Amino acid sequence: MYDRTLSFEAMFNVLYIQRFPLQNLWSNWLIPLLVMLTVHLPAWSQFRVEVSGVGMTQLPVVIAPFKGEAQSPQKMAAIVQADLERSGQFKALPVGNAQLDELSRPEWSVWRQLSAEALLAGSVTRLADGRFDVRARLWDAVKGQEKGEFREAVVAADLRLSAHRISDWVYQQLTGVQGAFATRIAYVTKSSGRYTLWIADADGEGAKAALSSPEPIISPSWSASGTHLAYVSFELRKPVVYVHELASGQRRAVANFKGSNSAPTWAPDGRSLVATLSRDGGSQLFRIDLNGGEPRKLTQSGSINTEPVFTPDGSALYFVSDRGGSPQVYRMPSQGGPAERVTFSGSYNISPALSPDGRWLAYVSRNGAIFRLHIMDLNSGQVTALTDSSADERPSFAPNSRLLVYATLQQGQEALMTSTLDGRIKARLSGQGGDIREPHWGPLRK
Amino acid sequence: MKKGFWAGLLLAALLSGCASGVKLDDVPVEDKSATSSGANSQGVGAGLNGVAGVLTDKSGAGVGPAGVGTVVYFDYDSYVVRAEARPLIETHARFLKANQQRKASLEGHTDERGGREYNLALGQKRAEAVRQAMTLLGVSDAQIEAVSYGKEKPAAMGSSEADLAKNRRVEIRY
Repeated sequence: MYDRTLSFEAMFNVLYIQRFPLQNLWSNWLIPLLVMLTVHLPAWSQFRVEVSGVGMTQLPVVIAPFKGEAQSPQKMAAIVQADLERSGQFKALPVGNAQLDELSRPEWSVWRQLSAEALLAGSVTRLADGRFDVRARLWDAVKGQEKGEFREAVVAADLRLSAHRISDWVYQQLTGVQGAFATRIAYVTKSSGRYTLWIADADGEGAKAALSSPEPIISPSWSASGTHLAYVSFELRKPVVYVHELASGQRRAVANFKGSNSAPTWAPDGRSLVATLSRDGGSQLFRIDLNGGEPRKLTQSGSINTEPVFTPDGSALYFVSDRGGSPQVYRMPSQGGPAERVTFSGSYNISPALSPDGRWLAYVSRNGAIFRLHIMDLNSGQVTALTDSSADERPSFAPNSRLLVYATLQQGQEALMTSTLDGRIKARLSGQGGDIREPHWGPLRK
Repeated sequence: MKKGFWAGLLLAALLSGCASGVKLDDVPVEDKSATSSGANSQGVGAGLNGVAGVLTDKSGAGVGPAGVGTVVYFDYDSYVVRAEARPLIETHARFLKANQQRKASLEGHTDERGGREYNLALGQKRAEAVRQAMTLLGVSDAQIEAVSYGKEKPAAMGSSEADLAKNRRVEIRY
């Protein structure tokens, strides 16, 4: 009746056209087609992925619609497909009219003709207790052999999570690398003068409000356990650092000293934070023990020191300082001590983020009026610009170190993007109206 | 329609906050993603993504000396109080010295360019410049607090140089 992959391709092409105006002709028929699809298939208007760019090598895969997903609150195959496409390592092939599930015996000649390397099919079935039984099977389409089976029963609220777990499982099976789709990101929206801190799936969807305030909220930072966030809220008419337990909503001010309190980051052991306090004048880094006690000052310079992040082993801190006359990224022992400069090109390098595997440093570099996301290979020191946008902010890495999320301006609106580390594949995270900002990618689920 | 939904959600959140009489209270979280709105097909339990929402209140502001401005402007990339701002700062300093029970917040702001946290640090420098000027005029440190909003609360929303200049400021609030 309708080719499921078509709407994704149509979306892809619409975005493509926006970036390459010469091909505007296409929009004369593609956009009406898209509108038509949306009108006739309301389920599809709920979820969209806008992926742009072409990866180096992309594995062609078939992700068949799951049997029973029409009656399910979540369209499992679409979520898995969007996850895999965002990773930049997969190309989803059109499924056509094929009706498959995990019990099917696929007609391999058909899929080989499309050069499919792998095929995923599954089902979602409502159980008597109200939960959903989710099953999937992955095949090597070249060999016509089964690669594995996925099976779990979840409550309706966890169906999206289950789809992301399938994505992780497929990603691991096909790349050998742990997936990070079943993770969460925190971000902040500003809409009609209200600020809301959201906790969403790693694709930006399924967001739940953790905090809503008439005053700004910035700098959310996940604890390594994924159970708590630290952030800066201005609800007391000044920046105060809070620690917030997500499941209960319990929160407390952990840094409300005289002056400004900002830029919290968690020590890997979860027992302390490092934050920027101005209690002694200026902006200096302090270590704050969450069990109480006086904050311990880590920097003494008369210059700005802010935006600290720990190395994955907790032994060192990267941070921003203007001690050399312009803001640059520095590194020092996490107990304080001599700092060495890390960024050298350009006169404004801020917002450092470290990949969990310790290989990469992402940061925002200014050139004239352009603020652009850059990445440094920490082994070689080589630096690459990852975007062609002009107002990038606050990068953070996926916990498997394979993707970055960052904020930027798109058509004058604040939006969140993901990018592969080579900058080739980018996707705009949808799911929110208004300005979206201050993303931070949470850890793997324990 | 979407607006209506949000207004409803906000109202529900506010009502639940009032009912308990606690300033920071848990509010019921609604899953705002359209994809999971199939209410009649929900399974049991909150699932593993449980997030309890919190709503904060708005805070008020007091009144300072009459007949004088409350905003000190700064040049681009500058943290030095201009000579023309001296009379304004002196008036506020006199008011604070005459009213030792009153307290003022010196709120530093920047224009929209650059990172949020770095701008917070730059706004702090501006706020501390005004604090130092007041301290030199004899205001007690206990009466004034230098804080920063960075680029979060622009006075003018545009991106023209005139707008940006209005945003590079320190606001004196009581």
